[in-house]
Amino acid sequence: MNVAVAIHDIQRDALPSASEAGPAPKRIVVAYGFWIFLLSDIVMFSAPFAAYAVLVRATAGGPTGAQLFNQVSVAIETTCLLASSYTCGLMSLAVGSRRRAATYFFAVVTFVLGAAFLALEMREFADMIARGATPQRSAFLSSFFALVGCHGMHVAGGLIWLAVMMAQVALKGFRANVERRLFCFALFWHALDIIWVALFTVVYLMGALP
Amino acid sequence: MTAIRYDRAPGEQSTLTEEQGETASGRALVYTIGLALAVILTATSFWVANTSLLWAPGIPLGLAVLAIAQMGVHLVFFLHITTGPDNTNNVLALAFGVLVVFLVVAGSLWIMANLNDNMMPPPELMNLHMRH
Amino acid sequence: MNLLGKLDWSVVPFDQPIVMFATALMVLTVVFVLGWTAFKGYVPYLWREWLTSVDHKRIGVMYIVLALIMLLRGFTDAIMMRAQQAVAAGGAQGYLPPEHFDQIFSAHGTIMIFFMAMPFVIGVMNFVVPLQLGVRDMAFPTLNSVALWLTASGILLTNVSLAVGEFAKTGWVAYPPLSELQFSPGVGVDYYLWALQISGVGTLMTGINFVATILKTRAPGMGYMRMPVFCWTALASNLLIVAAFPVLTATLAMLLLDRYLGFHFFSVDGQGNPMMYVNLFWVWGHPEVYILVLPAFGIFSEVIATFSSKPLFGYRSMVAATMVICVLSFLVWLHHFFTMGASADVNGFFGVMTMVIAVPTGVKVFNWLFTMYGGRVRFTVPVLWSIGFMVTFVIGGMTGVLMAVPPADFQLHNSLFLVAHFHNVIIGGVVFGLLAGFNYWFPKAFGFTLDERWGKRAFWCWFIGFYLAFMPLYVLGLLGMTRRMQHYDNVDWQPWLVLAAVGVAVILAGIVCQVVQLVVSIRDRAQLRDVTGDPWNGRTLEWSTASPPPAWNFALLPRVAERDTYWVRKKLAHAKDGPPTPPREYEPIEMPKNSATGFVTAFFAVVTGFALIWHIWWMAALGVFGAFVTLLVFAFRDREEFEMAADKIAQFDRGHQAEVAP
Repeated sequence: MNVAVAIHDIQRDALPSASEAGPAPKRIVVAYGFWIFLLSDIVMFSAPFAAYAVLVRATAGGPTGAQLFNQVSVAIETTCLLASSYTCGLMSLAVGSRRRAATYFFAVVTFVLGAAFLALEMREFADMIARGATPQRSAFLSSFFALVGCHGMHVAGGLIWLAVMMAQVALKGFRANVERRLFCFALFWHALDIIWVALFTVVYLMGALP
Repeated sequence: MTAIRYDRAPGEQSTLTEEQGETASGRALVYTIGLALAVILTATSFWVANTSLLWAPGIPLGLAVLAIAQMGVHLVFFLHITTGPDNTNNVLALAFGVLVVFLVVAGSLWIMANLNDNMMPPPELMNLHMRH
Repeated sequence: MNLLGKLDWSVVPFDQPIVMFATALMVLTVVFVLGWTAFKGYVPYLWREWLTSVDHKRIGVMYIVLALIMLLRGFTDAIMMRAQQAVAAGGAQGYLPPEHFDQIFSAHGTIMIFFMAMPFVIGVMNFVVPLQLGVRDMAFPTLNSVALWLTASGILLTNVSLAVGEFAKTGWVAYPPLSELQFSPGVGVDYYLWALQISGVGTLMTGINFVATILKTRAPGMGYMRMPVFCWTALASNLLIVAAFPVLTATLAMLLLDRYLGFHFFSVDGQGNPMMYVNLFWVWGHPEVYILVLPAFGIFSEVIATFSSKPLFGYRSMVAATMVICVLSFLVWLHHFFTMGASADVNGFFGVMTMVIAVPTGVKVFNWLFTMYGGRVRFTVPVLWSIGFMVTFVIGGMTGVLMAVPPADFQLHNSLFLVAHFHNVIIGGVVFGLLAGFNYWFPKAFGFTLDERWGKRAFWCWFIGFYLAFMPLYVLGLLGMTRRMQHYDNVDWQPWLVLAAVGVAVILAGIVCQVVQLVVSIRDRAQLRDVTGDPWNGRTLEWSTASPPPAWNFALLPRVAERDTYWVRKKLAHAKDGPPTPPREYEPIEMPKNSATGFVTAFFAVVTGFALIWHIWWMAALGVFGAFVTLLVFAFRDREEFEMAADKIAQFDRGHQAEVAP
């Protein structure tokens, strides 16, 4: 947004401090607004986290986490998501230096790794359901599926967003608003990995302890 | 005219330019170091959860510390959060969010555990027989 | 597989005459208004200038219009409840069967909190904050529009429930197990849940928008400690929105999972925990009341300072108190369920914190009093509302501190004492504040002031009516009457309830006075015109613009050097030896383009919500897909802004300067 600066100064300041510098450039405003959204999303996750912690022993005679969780699968999922965070960072660098081919390449790698994460997670869910460990079986399983599933839905949303962004880069190039949106996507993707760290630690690692 | 930058967007890497010594491979190195540290911490987490070499009651705390360290690595190396004055708004917002998460989770756990303790004992433990 | 899910003709409550009458009234009103609009040819104008507008001023006005309409609906619910309770004593059953009465008190609470108070507060903040900050619009104008229309979607769904199906009978908080499918098999709770989820997304967008705007876009020179206090309270309120609404979204989502997919979060079987709902709900619920009251506090700060012709006393302590309240509001939520069975240490901690949060509020009250002391106070309508607030809110706050003592709360929880308390603080605090702000900023929005005489009549009716309606409820609470009673045996309670009904009638007279005030003011708008843009001799930047301001707000962004910057500039301009104002040079301004994104997204949100309520799965999928396509259309649009020509800006500004000069 262009701003026309006032010409009638009452006093001339030497060097205004940060809070007096006037409206920030659009890039910063957009990124900060998205940052606030991410924090709201993290607060949103805290509610099912709390619910999970409260209900973790409420197995209603059904299977417990230790009986269900496969640590190898979780380790592979974690690796995929962490690697995708790394390649997303490299994609950000490619965007910043306007290298189209590198952008597409790292975007595709990020997408594939994220999709692999989702595929493994969905297979894990399908296995559990096939064994009778459905979310309707107990409060513990309800909270497990909701918490992990909510994160999975965020990942799926991110993959759709990434695909749309690649279409935008193809059609519009690195325009200012496209670059701002890619920047926000990167923030989102890194935040998802941060949430996954909390998730796999609390649910899978602590859940497997005797 | 050099614009005076008072503010960094959250997630923005340093604003130094090529002339000031920042290189493309330098920028990528930050991510690589972050990845390496994260891998080490993650592997350690998995080991801690599965080993019998550690004192069992301390393991949840150890896992929590490792998780916080991993999140810190993400924040510093991937999201470029610093403590500089141009990052103050971003850090404050993050701190507010973390505070709220802590209050919600810790508060809920405290309250729900307390409520649970005050629930009626199961029928077997209740002495319901009338005394004549 | 039924194509229309659970929908068939039997869901329209033909056998309930009162509901059918209300439905007919609602439908006829809507049809009449829409028909008249179309007949007069206003539709293109409305679409171009209002429905697709991304201008914060227009969006603010639309929020307030929604709020005022829902005030009428929520107040009608109140009249019906008071009438029922005034007659249903001894063996009498009154005129409202329990199933209907239960829906009325649930709808009353839901509508008044979510669809009256929230839109009203958000509307006022939308209109005022960018003007006070000296900028052209919010940080994200199109997002602002989407948020407005999603709120409207929630309102539409709630009102549709009157005609098609039913509303929740669980109270506005919808505790399980009553709200679970087993005990509420109908669609009522689903209407409640989806209406709140959809409008909740909008509210969260608003929160993000305001935090980014207030922290990142202010006029040059406006450091944090030079912001008007209203902007500080708006910041605190929106930080709370961003921090608290996600918890509500997650909690309601868990209840939806229980109802739709048979999960066991809060159900009694499967080892679910209904008490966890109560806990998580109030984690949101307590910050919510501060989301509502903090901007009201801000309004009082502006009004009292302006009409005392004095700077606000204790600016720094006001700011500190506001931010302290913001944080403390997350430390008190258990006081809503002292009686749920936590032990003394937990109850005691939250009881003490509840008392502590009264301290910064007290600091604010003293600051307002000290602002008035020694000032030349003009007793205009906004000032009457402010003084009414100070008396009423303090009483309500004191009863709150009384109930903050857990043993006392064990006697008073869920009695009419509690009902009196929260109405005391919400009406005395939030409603009085919003009505003060409405009268104060109306001339800025529409270019003419509101009639003072009818405004004062409205205030006195509201003030006297409030005390008549709610003081008896304190007595009844102490006499042992519980809340939400459709009928009662103890005839000793009846006289107090009759008195309360009289009070509601007096408040109704107040509302009628406000409607008359609007009609008279519009009729006399030529005489009431606000020519200079500064009818009250204001202190803050919004009064430096024309009334109503142009779309771009300020031709030249003001350069701010102190607090109450407009007041200081007026002083300097009138000083004989002040520096001469240099001639202005105008440049073109880029303005955000209008967009139908908000309206169309909301349309699909209503389709999706209605479909999910009635289990019409294909329609729900279509709705989601439609919303996604709308997002894509927005994302791929070519031009986001248009340029406003410099000469048009110059012409308007010179006209305004000429009005201000003499």
